[in-house]
Amino acid sequence: MSETVTASEAPRENYLNRDHSVASWLLTRDHKRIAILYLIGISIFFALGGLMAVLIRAELATPQGDLFPADVYNRLFTMHGILMIFFFLIPSIPAVLGNFLIPLMVGAKDLAFPRINLLSWYLYMVGASFTFVSMLWGGIDTGWTFYTPLSTTFATGQVLLTAVGIFIAGFSSILTGLNFIVTIHRMRAPGLTWFRLPLFVWAHYATSIIQVLGTPVIAITILLVGAERLFHIGVFDPKYGGDPVLFQHLFWFYSHPAVYIMILPAMGVISELVTCFSRKKIFGYHFIALSSLAIAVLGFLVWGHHLFISGQSVVAGTIFSFLSMFVAVPSAVKVFNWTATLYKGSVSLETPMLYALGFIGVFLIGGLTGVMLATLGIDIHVHDTYFIVAHFHYVMVGSAIMGYLGGMHFWWPKITGRLYPAFISKVAAVVVFIGFNVTFLPQFILGYLGMPRRYHTYAPEFQTWNVMSSAGATVLGIGYLLPVLYLLWSLKYGEKAPANPWHATGLEWQTASPPPLENFEVTPVVTEDPYSYPDGTLRPKEVPVGV
Amino acid sequence: MFPNSPVFPPQASTLSHKVDALFFFMLGGAIFFSLLIVAVLVFFLVKYRRRHPDESGRVLTGHATLLEITWTGIPFVLLMVCFFWGAHVFFGASRPPADAAQYYVYGKQWMWKVEHPDGKREINAFHVPVGVPIKLTMTSEDVIHDFAVPAFRLKMDVLPGRYTTAWFKATAVGQYHIFCDQYCGVEHSKMVGTIYVMEPQDYRAWVAGQGAFGPAGGTVASGAELFVSKACTTCHRPDSSARAPILQGVFGSKVALLGGQTVTADENYIRESILNPQAKIVQGYQPIMPTFKDQLSEEEVIQLIKYIKDLKPEGAAAGSATAAPEAPAVPGSKS
Ligand code: HEC
Ligand SMILES: [Cu+2]
Ligand SMILES: [Cu+2]
Repeated sequence: MSETVTASEAPRENYLNRDHSVASWLLTRDHKRIAILYLIGISIFFALGGLMAVLIRAELATPQGDLFPADVYNRLFTMHGILMIFFFLIPSIPAVLGNFLIPLMVGAKDLAFPRINLLSWYLYMVGASFTFVSMLWGGIDTGWTFYTPLSTTFATGQVLLTAVGIFIAGFSSILTGLNFIVTIHRMRAPGLTWFRLPLFVWAHYATSIIQVLGTPVIAITILLVGAERLFHIGVFDPKYGGDPVLFQHLFWFYSHPAVYIMILPAMGVISELVTCFSRKKIFGYHFIALSSLAIAVLGFLVWGHHLFISGQSVVAGTIFSFLSMFVAVPSAVKVFNWTATLYKGSVSLETPMLYALGFIGVFLIGGLTGVMLATLGIDIHVHDTYFIVAHFHYVMVGSAIMGYLGGMHFWWPKITGRLYPAFISKVAAVVVFIGFNVTFLPQFILGYLGMPRRYHTYAPEFQTWNVMSSAGATVLGIGYLLPVLYLLWSLKYGEKAPANPWHATGLEWQTASPPPLENFEVTPVVTEDPYSYPDGTLRPKEVPVGV
Repeated sequence: MFPNSPVFPPQASTLSHKVDALFFFMLGGAIFFSLLIVAVLVFFLVKYRRRHPDESGRVLTGHATLLEITWTGIPFVLLMVCFFWGAHVFFGASRPPADAAQYYVYGKQWMWKVEHPDGKREINAFHVPVGVPIKLTMTSEDVIHDFAVPAFRLKMDVLPGRYTTAWFKATAVGQYHIFCDQYCGVEHSKMVGTIYVMEPQDYRAWVAGQGAFGPAGGTVASGAELFVSKACTTCHRPDSSARAPILQGVFGSKVALLGGQTVTADENYIRESILNPQAKIVQGYQPIMPTFKDQLSEEEVIQLIKYIKDLKPEGAAAGSATAAPEAPAVPGSKS
């Protein structure tokens, strides 16, 4: 290790230190710098969304509405949802880690369309600004789901402005997806066949397909909501001859697959972590690679499971329930594959691996409760209650953020060239896991008891579980704050990172940390399957090349 | 006041037992498999922990096809069991028994109005007899709401512009929450009420003690009155069969439409015929019926539907269109 440290300590030019001007950042076409720009953007919105979560949980500590009036509370949870979903979760792993890593992993100098990549970031920021302005300017109280005719006819507030923000950010998502697809198709290094691609790349390929195919639908739906609100065109409001349930079909046609935009990249991260920290080829590589695609396709066929009790016909409900069961199978098998990868591995519990294990834990709960919700006879009781709230936080917050944080900790040395303190980061991972479960497990009980979601005030008998949930949220908040602190600290004081601190396979580890501007000194040639760890002990040739 | 357990909702309807049985089956399965996976994980973590910094895992050769088939097949079979069981419960919850007593529910920002078979009305309260199947026909006057009674495991969206239905049979006397489960604007969390499940004789006494219109009072005219005052009778009268179809016996029958299709005349069809008559034209008639869209409230539309439902087919003891319908029996009086 010491040799590599000195090697990378040389005053070497890399993508971070070659130009420090502001313009060199704001006009950059380097995928690595754009990833950092995204990291800054999404961190801001995560912090804002998190702050709202804190206020929501504070209000819910008592059954009465003592902190905020109802319309303020409603604006808080609406904005919390919108910021977290459209401006944090959807871009999080793809736009930060994907942006940074996909060119490195396929051995390319950059993404296929570097300028479009920068445009994506600007679209994201413009969209986010619209939404942020609308928030300061009165906000909206429709819920992030914008159900009609509430959103089209009855809601006051900045529905249009917020919708425009989401609309614009949607294009950023489409363009990122397009960029990834073209890059993965056209820019792989010599010898890097499809089935030598890391699973992180496969996951992003599947995610990109959803982004490109699904996002236009939500864009059109948003336009229709706007037109209905302004001109009463009669699509969604029965008063003007529209169908209110039509909106739900259109909305979930995008928003169900959007769940996979959030979870598939996280699964890709977990596949990388599990194999690296077992130092062993992943079990069922082909299955995991192709199941990402299967999930992407199947994900488009199950939107109706959000409408079991919305007046959709019994036949339609039955079909959607049936199809939803099929999505569960590949997800379950992925969990088995990760578990089986540990078998006869060399397992070490570094911080990223703790997040990977945490992911498996919360994903089990999120997934299994998802199966319950897809079961018609249970959904009729728990739909639109805290059971749903708990379920999707387990999948989207628990699993997706565990994946994001795990990935962050794994590639942080590559991105910044610095190591972070090992012990405190492990403590933080455990705190996040505990805080998360204490926050959201009680919500399953609340949901089965019948507490509806989006309630500003609630029946007194629900208080105990709500207090527990709010207490857990405090712990979770600390858990999320710790990485912010020590990661920022590491930028200046962290030990310099070697090219391959984890002894991982993969092209991104074969270049220096942080990588040079054009990623590789010489274009790498791939001669091996992915995750080709040697049998038993590390070969001496593990000293990274290109440093 | 509410029969509470801190972890589990009361079981107060026939449906609640069915939903809970399925839930416990799935919960048991979920816990079993989660623990199994966690146990295997922990075992591997300990057994294969890294003992030397340069150590790497073993390269395994060969295929584990049997293992893969097993761990794909078992979840698949279990998922199918859940699906069929769940669909079975759902079908039962969707189909009201033929003898269910008919109640109407109106959602509006932010209150529930309930109408009993005899026309009595309540707001945010709902008195029902125990042991009697009760069918709810529901509509909203503004946005989408959702009528939920956790103790009954009952939940159904309440939509503007059309009717949805739900049914239940209460099994335990007591008081239970009614919640609005679909976010519906500022005071969504105040759109709550109480359902009072009573012994049938208590229910009858309650109905009798409430005066003509019930606790919520009544300004809504009866269907028979509306049928005259809104001038339906100018066209729909037994003697002028040329202008408009005779409505006696139309409810529940198959109606032949212009263009060849047929529809069953249910509540949603009658509603559409009144509010949007041009949408479906009865075969052999001119589209001359005016729309009554802005002239009738949701409650008045329901009164007209109730009235039309009660119009007996010709020959069967029905009087003229202006005759008052038979007073419906108070549910629970049989038991
Ligand atoms: C100007 C004459 C006219 C008036 C007034 C009128 N209707 Fe009609 N109605 C018709 C005609 C003609 C049809 C058949 C053509 C059609 O379907 O529109 C019809 C059809 C119907 C149907 C469907 C019958 C079926 O056999 O399927 C219903 C129900 C109905 N009317 C109810 C009402 C009610 C309730 C009112 C009063 C609020 C009313 N109508 C007032 C002319 C009228
Ligand atoms: Cu979904
Ligand atoms: Cu509501």
